[in-house]
Parts: sequence; C-alpha cells; structure tokens
Amino acid sequence: MKKESTFLNMVLTLFGVTLIASASLGYVYELTKDPIAAAALEKKIAAIKKVVPDFTNNPLDDKEIKEVDGDEVIFYPAKNESTLVGIAIETFTNLGFGGTIKLMVGILPNGTIKDIAVLEQKETPGLGDKMQKSKSDFSMQFNGKNPANYKLKVKKDGGDVDAITAATISSRAFCDAVKRAYNEYIMTNAK
Amino acid sequence: MTQWKNFTKGFLRENPVFILLLGMCPTLGVTTSAINGLGMGLATTFVLVMANLVISLVKDIIPNKVRIPCFIVIIAAFVTIVDLVMAAYFQALHEQLGIFIPLIVVNCIVLARAEAFASKNTVLTSIIDGVGMGLGFSFALTILGGLREILGSGAIFGHKFIAGDGILIFVLAPGAFIALAYLIAIVNKINKSSI
Repeated sequence: MKKESTFLNMVLTLFGVTLIASASLGYVYELTKDPIAAAALEKKIAAIKKVVPDFTNNPLDDKEIKEVDGDEVIFYPAKNESTLVGIAIETFTNLGFGGTIKLMVGILPNGTIKDIAVLEQKETPGLGDKMQKSKSDFSMQFNGKNPANYKLKVKKDGGDVDAITAATISSRAFCDAVKRAYNEYIMTNAK
Repeated sequence: MTQWKNFTKGFLRENPVFILLLGMCPTLGVTTSAINGLGMGLATTFVLVMANLVISLVKDIIPNKVRIPCFIVIIAAFVTIVDLVMAAYFQALHEQLGIFIPLIVVNCIVLARAEAFASKNTVLTSIIDGVGMGLGFSFALTILGGLREILGSGAIFGHKFIAGDGILIFVLAPGAFIALAYLIAIVNKINKSSI
C-alpha cells in the first residue's frame, strides 16, 4: 500500500495535487464572487437605510471619502428628489477593546443624530458587544441628540453618555467613533 | 469493527473534543453560543468528510514521503471552499466565526483523521468515519456552546429566557475552560459506567 518515493513521482504528485486544488478553488471563487460582493453591498445599503430618513437617490454613487487619522470616513448623502434629507457617515475607531469598530452614523441636515448602526465590531461577547441594537439599547440614547450641546463622552469622563455596564472601554470607543463622524460633518459644513 | 460502531465512536467513545482532546482552539474560541458551536461543527464536518473521501481515494497514488503536504493541500482547498461559500450565502454566521473558519486547516482533528484513518481505510469506511467524527465534534461544540450561552447570557440558540445578564465569565475565555472541564468529567463518568 505504501508507495515507494522517488524524486520524479514526488514532484509529479505534488504538482498534480496543487494543480487540481488551485483549479477547483479558482472555479469556486468565480462562482461565489458575485454573491459575496452583493451581500456586502446589501449590508451597506441596509445600514444606510436604517440611519437616515427615506431617500430616492443611490447614496453609494454620491459617496465622498475623507482621509482622517490614517483611515477613511465615508459620507453617503441621502437625497429625496434633490433635497438633502440626511447623511450616513461610515466612521471608525481604533480604541475598541477588540480592535477596530466601524459604525454608520446618520446625521440630519440640522446636525442631530438620527440613528447609529454597528457595521463591524469584535468586542467581548456579553459585554462590549451590547453596542449592537440587537443586544441592548445603549446606542439608542444618541438618537435625536445634537452633539453641539450633547457631550459625546461617557459620564465617567464628564460627558453625557451612559456607558455599558462593565464595558467602559467599548463605550468610550463608540463615542470616539461618533465624535469622529460629527467632527468631519462640522468641518465639511464649515467649508 | 462494524460500520455502525465506526459511525457512533465519534459521539462518546472517541469524541474528538471530550476524549481525544483534539481541535481545542476552535472548541474554546467559538463556543460562546450554541449556534456558533453548531455552525463551526458543521463546517468542520464538511471538511472532514470531503478530506477523508478524497484522501482515501488517492492514498495509493501518493508517495509516502510527500503524503503530509498532499493531505494539507487537499484539506486547505476544502476549507477555502467552505470559507467562500459561507461568505457568499451565510454572511452573518461567517462574520461570527471569523478567523476560525480559515483555521480549520490547522485543526489537528482533520489531519489526524486523514493520517490515522483515511490513508489506511477504504472510501466508504473513511466517509463514515468523517461523518461520525464530524457530527461528534458538532455535538460537543453545540453542547459546550449551549451550556455557556445558558449560563453566560441566559439564552439558548439566541432565544432569551432569563432577563438581564447571566454569569458573564461563561461567555469569556475562562468560562470555556471551566465548562469544558466539567463536560469532560461528565463524559468520563458516563464512559466508565457503561463499560
């Protein structure tokens, strides 16, 4: 049963095995490429829909990318006919307990926060991951607040935000990401 | 050994998690909830079955000295297929399991079954071994995930039945070790009394 190993048959077998493996992987990649891209796009549009009022344009076409702190904050303006009804801002923070957190913050034309959706987070399950709407109401407290008179800091740091119990770091990171989005928003409007 | 015994050995007698203690990295890492454990288990089952099938088919044409690289390439190919298919059709689960899906490649249980079983047995026996071992692995991960979810979040398969927080340590890393240790003790007890 054990086959004798010679240089030639070892090289040929390895070549054959890797050739078949890479060919089949290429095929599966082609097959799943479109569904993967579609799923990612759908997720982004769903997140935008959640944080701004109804719109008729395609916010992905009008997006504006801004370089901040070595990463990108992306603006997705939502328009109904041609009036601006809100901006969905994809923002990030590197202060999370488990690394980068990405949020979609919806800001209305008058500067108030409409809603916030979590795009990506690796916070501790049961503690920091309560920033997600499905797990707790933490992110709801920002809704309807205008950061001009609402300090985006947890109460422990002298701000107005109720932190998630036992997850102050995650709560701070969340505020940091929202603040980054709002600062960009103010800077863009000031121009 | 009958095929039935071959199939059932993965559940208790040779359970990869509780008895063989193989594949501990995903076991401890992803079992924060029952659904994560089940998803990881089924993904591993698919890889186990397909790898066992292919390896038992090609075992006679692979020279002995390069068998391990060949096995790893075959296993890695199937893991990547699982990863891509999951990303395309099961986005939410794929995000939850994250890095642990590509890491199935280095899950020693897959290579262990390939080297110790599939490379010495017929195709049918190897497939049954893969299914049995895979389901045993899924079973162990689901039980462990379920236990940690009940104790840690007061929920099962995402359905909350206790309001408020559970015992948080069970959804954190130390809870995985504690829960696994008790489960291993229980399984050992059952195995001892059944002999």
